[in-house]
Amino acid sequence: MNTMVTVIDYGIGNIFSICNALSKSGADVRLSSEPAGIKQADRLVLPGVGAFSDGMKGLRDRGLNDAIHYFVEKNRPFLGICLGMQMMMDESEEFGIHSGLGLISGKVKAVSDTGSKGEKHKIPHIGWSPVFPPDVENTGWQNTILSEVSPGFTGYFVHSYGAVTNNQKNTLAICDYGGIRITAVIGRGPVSGCQFHPEKSGETGLKILETFMRL
Amino acid sequence: MAFTRIIARLDIKGPNVIKGVQFEGSRVVGKPSELSMKYYHDGIDEIIYMDTVASLYGRNGLHQLVSNAAREIFIPLTVGGGVRSCEDVQALLNAGADKVAVNTAAVKRPELITEISRRFGSQCMVLSIEAKKRREGGWEALTDNGREHSGLDAIEWAKRGQELGAGEIMITSVDRDGTKKGFDLELVKTVSAAVSVPVIASGGMGGLNDLADIMMKAGADAVAIASVLHFGDFSLKDIRNHAISSGLNIRPFDYVQGLEEKS
Repeated sequence: MNTMVTVIDYGIGNIFSICNALSKSGADVRLSSEPAGIKQADRLVLPGVGAFSDGMKGLRDRGLNDAIHYFVEKNRPFLGICLGMQMMMDESEEFGIHSGLGLISGKVKAVSDTGSKGEKHKIPHIGWSPVFPPDVENTGWQNTILSEVSPGFTGYFVHSYGAVTNNQKNTLAICDYGGIRITAVIGRGPVSGCQFHPEKSGETGLKILETFMRL
Repeated sequence: MAFTRIIARLDIKGPNVIKGVQFEGSRVVGKPSELSMKYYHDGIDEIIYMDTVASLYGRNGLHQLVSNAAREIFIPLTVGGGVRSCEDVQALLNAGADKVAVNTAAVKRPELITEISRRFGSQCMVLSIEAKKRREGGWEALTDNGREHSGLDAIEWAKRGQELGAGEIMITSVDRDGTKKGFDLELVKTVSAAVSVPVIASGGMGGLNDLADIMMKAGADAVAIASVLHFGDFSLKDIRNHAISSGLNIRPFDYVQGLEEKS
């Protein structure tokens, strides 16, 4: 019997791809846009692209915030992807200050268009970037969604805003964009977030999803 | 820095992938699902599907092909050709597309760019510009798959596209497309300098060194290639290995395991 995972459908983005990728990774995928479906889920994925405020509104309109908190309090595996990861934070400054789900402490800020040496680079940050642990000595990736991949793996990023965690321990992986550090993966126990799209990062991305399904 | 992306561009006519020269003619080169699967397993960074007969039917007709691709291919998929409204975009995203490329409809109604980027996010909205050299200098933006003149200056249009909310600009040289004579470096360099969103260069790749030129001399953030791949002139492995040994900032790819190599 395949492991069940519920993908939250809140009117945002390309659900088809994440569902396909999860199925490919061996999961039994359900979609839910209702509190009951979310509360009963074994595993939960929050996808998302676009603006933070639109995402939070999508959740609010469907009354999903409490259900998500209920789920997370049960200590079951949760994965936020791209905007979904950003929504896990306390708040975002995109188009004004907006409250997030507060699953991991921190804020969402604009990715700077200026590199560390003063040169301009393109925004959105689009493309494949190598991802590393913040500390080269000890990856800290055991027992996380990154346990089966190696430092330097590449993920497909597409974003103009990024999360910054208050506690360093919650940042599992980073990538470098023109000398600026971007948070690539966050985690607190079974709750994880990926700024890049594992469903768009080829076989490595699928491996990360498989690992999530086995947590 | 993000690696410069190598994107496979598949021009689709009905059930086939075709390739024209300077946007004229169409030679059948294969089936979309076979070619895109091959490129995915060979390490392509992204795929673009362009519906070349969308104007005949008044809409983009690639939904089934897009869904088929999205089931097996786990890299970004951009779809263009006949995208005219937010409803068209929604339908394509529902089918599995990640981004849409819009040209003709945006030229006719520029507000469409803002509508799409506001509703779906600018990362989803690629402004596709088909640029043809003007005798008196500069480039004009063409529409309808290279068939109609818009009177717009391609560079000014790129800038305006960014202001309106486009997340990427795909700039295709009509003069070079399908010729394998190399990219129009001046065109790409000028667009790249004019906008601060990523620029995808398209049209003209012929030799392995063209990639170095377009990246180092023109500053492209991504390169869309078609003829050299579809006609089998080079494998992606050849292209990637040559690029990496030339010191270009390209994603490494482990061909044995089909996984990214550790960098």
